Amino acid sequence: MKCKKCGAKASINMRQHKLALCKEHYLAWAPEQTERFIKKYRMFQRDERILVAVSGGKDSLSLWDILYCLGYQADGLYIGLGIDEGIGYSAESQRLCQKFAEARGLHLHIVDVAQEYGQPIPALAQISHRGRGRPCAVCGLTKRHIMNRVARDLGYDVLATGHNLDDEVAVLFGNTLHWATSYLVRQGPVLHEGPGFVRKVKPLCRFYEREMAAYAILRGIEYIYDECPFAEGATSIYYKELLNKLENDKPGAKLTFYLRFLDAREAGFFAPTADSMPELHPCPNCGQPTSNEGLCSFCRLIEKAQLHA
Amino acid sequence: MAVKLILRNKEYEVPAGITLRAALEKVGILPESVLAIRQGEMILEDEILKEGDVIKLVAVISGGSGRISALF
Repeated sequence: MKCKKCGAKASINMRQHKLALCKEHYLAWAPEQTERFIKKYRMFQRDERILVAVSGGKDSLSLWDILYCLGYQADGLYIGLGIDEGIGYSAESQRLCQKFAEARGLHLHIVDVAQEYGQPIPALAQISHRGRGRPCAVCGLTKRHIMNRVARDLGYDVLATGHNLDDEVAVLFGNTLHWATSYLVRQGPVLHEGPGFVRKVKPLCRFYEREMAAYAILRGIEYIYDECPFAEGATSIYYKELLNKLENDKPGAKLTFYLRFLDAREAGFFAPTADSMPELHPCPNCGQPTSNEGLCSFCRLIEKAQLHA
Repeated sequence: MAVKLILRNKEYEVPAGITLRAALEKVGILPESVLAIRQGEMILEDEILKEGDVIKLVAVISGGSGRISALF
């Protein structure tokens, strides 16, 4: 198969776009498309400061690389979760993020959960009994809290995450299966800022996961290849596999599902409900918005952990 | 000598002379879920595999927040 732009041997074929590209043209195409999505969904402007949440994985490091190449003011945030499981997962993720930042002269903020809050994620999860034996719920809660806190405390205009189309479609599929309309109404490339909340954007939301893996490989970005040891058997991965089977037979199915959903949302198909717009007030401890009476879920978690210490 | 496909720590053998797509289907790997690298270069599904080829497959699926309801 040949590159559509220059006729050289292609390195990637994107069947949903009927587009095959060589390495050189793909590495130019991906940032151009990212810029297009940033503008189309009005994610941020050139003069705004961006905080990119990086995990050491292919998506977040590729996103940071693309924003850097496009000339945006983008710093990184790495959250040390303290996941070891005999493979030093968090230590290796952090090393790769630091290496990436140093090689490009970029600034990386590091927040270590155990240092700041007394316990790493697996211990917090055990103490909290959230998530049916898996630390993923506690991990998500903690990351959302820290990302918002750091972005606000340090005056960033926007928080960017490396969610790709497969991530988005897996969530959309799960929420559609459950008709979780309160979540459907909020899903999109941009979650606008509100009192206590920084704006959150997903510039890679229209790239297939394999495209981002290809970008990282072709750009020579060293990323953590091993999956989080706690992710095995996760529902989101199961949905991704199902959706890839569909994509294999019907190229473009994932992209169409997502884009038609965005069109429907834009057309007001999913009306906000009381569930999707809960009344929020500042947590008396951390000041972040919460729908809970009293402390927010994160502060409750930390309070519980401190009682166990 | 056949063609070797390597995905994580698993090795598969397929006959030479077939396309990468056919080879992946033969061993039950979904082409959408992997990228294929031969001698440091990414190859596409229509590539005919040759005797002695060693193809490294890179799994592309990641994730596992376990929480389907919201990404943020």
